[in-house]
Amino acid sequence: MKKLAIVPAYNEEKNIEGVIRGIQKEAPDHDILVINDGSKDRTSEIVRKFESVKIVDLPMNLGIGGAVQTGFIYCWEKGYDICIQVDGDGQHKPSEIKKIEEPIINGEADMVIGSRFLGSSTYKTTFFRRMGIKIFYLANRLFLREKIKDSTSGFRAYNRKAVEILRRYYPDDYPEPEAIFILKKKGLRIKEVGVEMEERKGGRSSITFFRAIYYMVKVSIGIAIHILRKEEFYGG
Amino acid sequence: MEVEVFRIQIIGIIGSIFLLFLVIELIRRGKLRIEFSLLWFFISVLFLFVSIFRSLLDKFSYLVGIGYPPSALFLILLLGLIMILIHFSTVISNLKEAKKILTQRVGLLEIEIERLKKEIEKCKG
Repeated sequence: MKKLAIVPAYNEEKNIEGVIRGIQKEAPDHDILVINDGSKDRTSEIVRKFESVKIVDLPMNLGIGGAVQTGFIYCWEKGYDICIQVDGDGQHKPSEIKKIEEPIINGEADMVIGSRFLGSSTYKTTFFRRMGIKIFYLANRLFLREKIKDSTSGFRAYNRKAVEILRRYYPDDYPEPEAIFILKKKGLRIKEVGVEMEERKGGRSSITFFRAIYYMVKVSIGIAIHILRKEEFYGG
Repeated sequence: MEVEVFRIQIIGIIGSIFLLFLVIELIRRGKLRIEFSLLWFFISVLFLFVSIFRSLLDKFSYLVGIGYPPSALFLILLLGLIMILIHFSTVISNLKEAKKILTQRVGLLEIEIERLKKEIEKCKG
């Protein structure tokens, strides 16, 4: 079974090395693909020190969605059976990869979300993020009949079925909550498992105070549009 | 009153003819693609038409409830501009999507090139 770890990174010179070492240690059977999303710092230079790690240097910044989608395209074209997404900022613990991957290997789900709020995790987060997560939780329950507690988590595992869809259609920014709707529309199975997450060490979260409002409006419109769309829009 | 209405009519005719020629000239010089000129053509012809046949404008004004018919010209122009702006938004969206796809492909092709280079070196060595 060929496995790929997609690591999107934008100006992560402080964290990227630790993330790569963590994946190599905890999930050595995964090929690692870093997507450097037009970083202005030494991210690319640091990644290139690792002989076995592949890196895509995007010539310009596409946003997290465009970067991760590049990984999906690579995963699809190179014939990987499973791919996982581990953010380059060090929030996602490589030691938890096995947990999110298990339901995919057992064929129980097409996408697995690593959730901060399931199980014994004690992760603290901002007020706006909690509010957003609550709203998405209600939207998911209402429209999808799915109880997803952490729609915004980017710590995910996918099988080829999910990758095949998302390589063609994936939102540019804040793609995580929308991706759930896209995959559900295509009838795919989504599962959530509890994971431990690291509090942020270096760098800044992509969700700052002022962008929180943009985030909510953009994703809400996005979800509403996904509900209105016919399943055929996403092809396949 | 009558004179003033007449004056705006003349301005309307001159303005729309100027717009029409500007659009044609830009296409002739290759600075405007025909596909993006269609809406401009449509608007300048419509504007010219209602400037010449003022009775149409009067009827239209009465229909939508505008007291001063020449101001209906501005309404038509404004609606036309909104249409063009929405059109531009869709064009920009398409360009952004195209840019994303190209950027992704360039990045992916680069690692392919690196891989091939390494393989060539291996074959040499």
